Amino acid sequence: MRARVTNRLRLVFVAGAATLLGACSAPDPGRTIPVGGASGTELAAEQILNKNNGAEPQTLDPHRAEGVPASNILRDLFEGLVSEAPDGSLIPGAAETWQINDDGTVYTFTLRADGRWSNGDPVTAADFAYGIQRSVDPATLSQYSSILFPIVNAEQIVKGELSPEQLGVTALDDRTLEIRLIGPTPYFLGLLTHSTTYAVHRPSVEKFGNRFARAGQLVGNGAYRLDEWVVQSHIRLLRSEKYWDDENTVIDEVNYFPIENQDAMLKRYRADELDFTQDLPFKQIAWIRENIADQLYISPYLGSYYYSLNLTLPPFAGAPKLRRALALAIDRDVLTEKITGSGEIPAYSWTPRVTGYTQQPPDWAGWTQERRNTEARRLFKESGHSEANPLTIQILYNTSENHKRIAIAIASMWKQVLGVETKLLNQEWKVFLETRKQKTMPGVARNGWIGDYNDAYSFTQLFASDNEQNDSGFANDEYDALLDRAAVEPDMQQRAELMEAAERLMLEEQPIIPIYFYVSKHLIKPWVGGFKPNIMDHHYTKNFHILKH
Amino acid sequence: MAGSTHACNTSETMNATAETSDIRGRSLSIDVWETLKKNRAAFVATLLLAVRALLVVVAPILNPYAFDATDFDLISVGPSLSTGHLFGTDALGRDLFVRTMYGGRISLMVGLVATAVSLIIGIAWGATAGFIGGRTDNIMMRIVDVLYAMPFMFFVILLMVFFGRSIVLIFVAIGAINWLDMARIVRGQTLSLKEKEFVEAARAGGVSDVKIVLRHIVPNLLGVVVIYVTLTIPQVILVESFLSFLGLGVQEPMTSWGALVNEGAQEMETAPWMLIFPAAFLATTLFCLNFIGDGLRDALDPRDRSN
Amino acid sequence: MLRFALKRVFGAIPTLLVLIALAFFLIKVAPGGPFDTDRRIPPEIEANLQAAYNLDEPLYIQFGLYLGGLLRGDFGPSFQYRDYTVTELIATGFPVSLRLGGFAMLLAFFVGVAVGTIAALKQNSFTDHAAMAVAMTGISIPNFVMAPLLVLLFAVTLKWLPAGGLGDWRNFVLPVIALALPQIAYIARLTRGSMIEVLRADFIRTARAQGLPQRTVIIRHALKPALLPVISYLGPATAAIITGSVVIEQIFGVPGLGRFFIQGALNRDYTLVMGVVVFYGVLIIVFNLIVDLVYGWLDPRVQYQ
Repeated sequence: MRARVTNRLRLVFVAGAATLLGACSAPDPGRTIPVGGASGTELAAEQILNKNNGAEPQTLDPHRAEGVPASNILRDLFEGLVSEAPDGSLIPGAAETWQINDDGTVYTFTLRADGRWSNGDPVTAADFAYGIQRSVDPATLSQYSSILFPIVNAEQIVKGELSPEQLGVTALDDRTLEIRLIGPTPYFLGLLTHSTTYAVHRPSVEKFGNRFARAGQLVGNGAYRLDEWVVQSHIRLLRSEKYWDDENTVIDEVNYFPIENQDAMLKRYRADELDFTQDLPFKQIAWIRENIADQLYISPYLGSYYYSLNLTLPPFAGAPKLRRALALAIDRDVLTEKITGSGEIPAYSWTPRVTGYTQQPPDWAGWTQERRNTEARRLFKESGHSEANPLTIQILYNTSENHKRIAIAIASMWKQVLGVETKLLNQEWKVFLETRKQKTMPGVARNGWIGDYNDAYSFTQLFASDNEQNDSGFANDEYDALLDRAAVEPDMQQRAELMEAAERLMLEEQPIIPIYFYVSKHLIKPWVGGFKPNIMDHHYTKNFHILKH
Repeated sequence: MAGSTHACNTSETMNATAETSDIRGRSLSIDVWETLKKNRAAFVATLLLAVRALLVVVAPILNPYAFDATDFDLISVGPSLSTGHLFGTDALGRDLFVRTMYGGRISLMVGLVATAVSLIIGIAWGATAGFIGGRTDNIMMRIVDVLYAMPFMFFVILLMVFFGRSIVLIFVAIGAINWLDMARIVRGQTLSLKEKEFVEAARAGGVSDVKIVLRHIVPNLLGVVVIYVTLTIPQVILVESFLSFLGLGVQEPMTSWGALVNEGAQEMETAPWMLIFPAAFLATTLFCLNFIGDGLRDALDPRDRSN
Repeated sequence: MLRFALKRVFGAIPTLLVLIALAFFLIKVAPGGPFDTDRRIPPEIEANLQAAYNLDEPLYIQFGLYLGGLLRGDFGPSFQYRDYTVTELIATGFPVSLRLGGFAMLLAFFVGVAVGTIAALKQNSFTDHAAMAVAMTGISIPNFVMAPLLVLLFAVTLKWLPAGGLGDWRNFVLPVIALALPQIAYIARLTRGSMIEVLRADFIRTARAQGLPQRTVIIRHALKPALLPVISYLGPATAAIITGSVVIEQIFGVPGLGRFFIQGALNRDYTLVMGVVVFYGVLIIVFNLIVDLVYGWLDPRVQYQ
């Protein structure tokens, strides 16, 4: 035991010093809490990390799980073929190395020899083949299996046309796994960090069926194992001694709390009952900036917040000038600085800053708001509206303080600039989803999209005319054609240009009004080391440590 | 059955009175007023409440700010005479004074209208059941029992979900639940009333049942009803605030005290005025109503008067 | 008395059936379903999910299946928490709500009766008004204000008690107090009202005339009849409070039934909502029965029919 502690100490000295420097870029001199002992890197005797996780996961079965809260926990319990470094870059996970063939359609993975399940069984290529097959098997009832459609036969299996064994995933031997794709998929390696591609422990799945993912039954191959799960209270994980890199794991115990009430979350954070929060109560952002600014971490996140305009009904059907006028009249600087106030990035275009893609802001993104307003008034008039012919627009949003504030602010901007009257319509989540999907309500609907993987396709695909997520009802043959070409284009540069052209085309029509790009927001106690912001906001507990405090 | 009024959830203070109070004549209102005046606490509460109601109705008219006008340059500023925002502004730069007044209108209106809804249903149901009696009574009261065993928020949430949120719906939803108590109380009273001589006399005189209920039974229920009303209004106002907490309250930009207090509670440290002003209005109003209710009960209790 | 109890229990069965049917069909009418999410799922997968949970059957068959399950004591699988059955969830949530609500009710009962009695003894005095004013503060301030205030003071600032979560007894102090405050107010008012009445009754005057000390008169003679309205309030109120308070559970982050219910309703977790409704219905019936039995004990004039 003693040996291990010193071992850890040494490790932390290197890793910890770097992150601490990064973390303290904007320290508040008045409130520096001495952590880490005299050297600043001394570890606490008790290595327990308490994280707020925002909500209760529906399940910890990696193939049926969906949503951020479940993924956060699954990253600790399981390890995909590919994993992520603290900064989000891809690193070997359960696979040690991999090869990709020339046309980018065949991936061959070599698993590490010392990979172990939490019960000690070796992790084999067959486990991964079984896992991915189970993921696409309709009987598993996965809600996320469509993300695996790039794999040969996946779509047909999900739709029940082929059997799961016909999936393009084969275990060549114990340590070699081959995955065949229907086309070059540049984001495929990133996809392998997603829980739908995780391996599961076959004997326990066969023994416990669809309920294998409960405490006392779940066997994972990650750095942690499931110790206790009290629904709506907490999920406790303990370090898995069988994990291949257990040597370098520092945190012994991590607790995930599903606290939805953000105000309560902040209070528990302040009472030192939480070390790490998944989000912030944006209403308290002023208090946070004033009192614990050094514990606040804000960084770009892979998501867009926008309003979709219903193009299938008046007043927006066939009225591009009106749509543009409304888009122009929103002062995004005021909105992000004064209303949301936690560092959101004003958005004039659709795709956030993903790797290998140039964002496509329109000309007017560079104008002053004054000029935008003038242009908005001109277009508004040209679209046939005036005091004599006033316009009333309905804004649909789901119950949330944030959405409410934004809707009120935008309504007030539209009124001030264009004289547009607005009717706010707040619906409860499930009703809202139904209303928005059916497109029977004219006007504007609040919308948001978080990319599944760090690639522009995760965003551009939304405006394909047959995409289920296309809430505006935008349909453009040229756009669809560009997207189809991008899907099979092996040259990365060409592919990006096709998607950029598609986005410009879409923005020209203004079926949506981009408002801001999301940021990830965390409060982290000064004694928590090992955190690095990344655009996917993926964080692995094994990279964290607790300093003496 | 060991007394049918047992399960009165919200009308708790009513039971003792409801089962025993006497039948009174026309002098009721004067009587009440005289006794209420003697109870200083209740008297002061009544005055305060009247001032409050007047303020809520008149003040927004005199105030220069609209309740939904945002001012992005004056976001979350404290109370100040120089800005003209007496109660400060909220997170969208809206004048909190005028919003508190509008919120008061809504809260008081919810209290009054929802109570009225519950009164109408409750009296009609209870008087009918009690007057007809027998099997009808049994069935009608069994229905009340069934509804009692329903989690009340379940109804409200479903109603909000089905029909979206409208202020009318909040009235109806809350009122439709509160009538259960009223029905039970009224039924109990009616049962004893219908044995009285004047009802017998009316019946012997060939007056129709409907007329007997309307002319003789209902007016004699007034004493009980008045107390019930003052005790129900604060409960209804609280229920509305609970709905606001769940995000199911009135639709923005309209507001209520409950909604304002809920918003303020989340910023009690950064912008305490957002909590203090609406909460003070809400709490003192509830306070007054409860004191008046207690005072009225004392006033209308026959044994108290005999002393 | 046993016959009375049995009769009441059997009499409750139709009530329960109506309750179940009403709740079942109401929630099915609600727009949106358990599998609707922000990220839409392909129709084939949705159809599979519907079939797996029998949602593709006609409503009356679903209702029959549900009733059949209930008879076997099976509340069905949760739609939201896919690894758990509703029975398991209720078994997690109810003990928490029961402990919170039970302690809150006990606290409220003793404090409320004491305050009410003192106020009644000094009717219309300063003590009376002060006591009632303090008590009424409990009902006049919504608990979503009171609870965060308590947390801010005792957990964040003074650091005496935890701000939330499950744990040892210390975690229960603040939620129990927050939950008890309004109940104290109600009970104090009830006690005061009925105590004033009882104190004027002839038998109390007789007792006093016999020169019995005030204490004895109150405790031996007045308290029992004065508690009658309190008892009839306690029945349904206890049933309501031990099935969970959403506000308190959300603010303190404890897994009670109230939170399960609200989450269930918002998520269209049909079986979970039904489970809580049925459970609550049964509790209400049981508690009303208990109230009637206690009533008989306190008031000998009541006869069981």
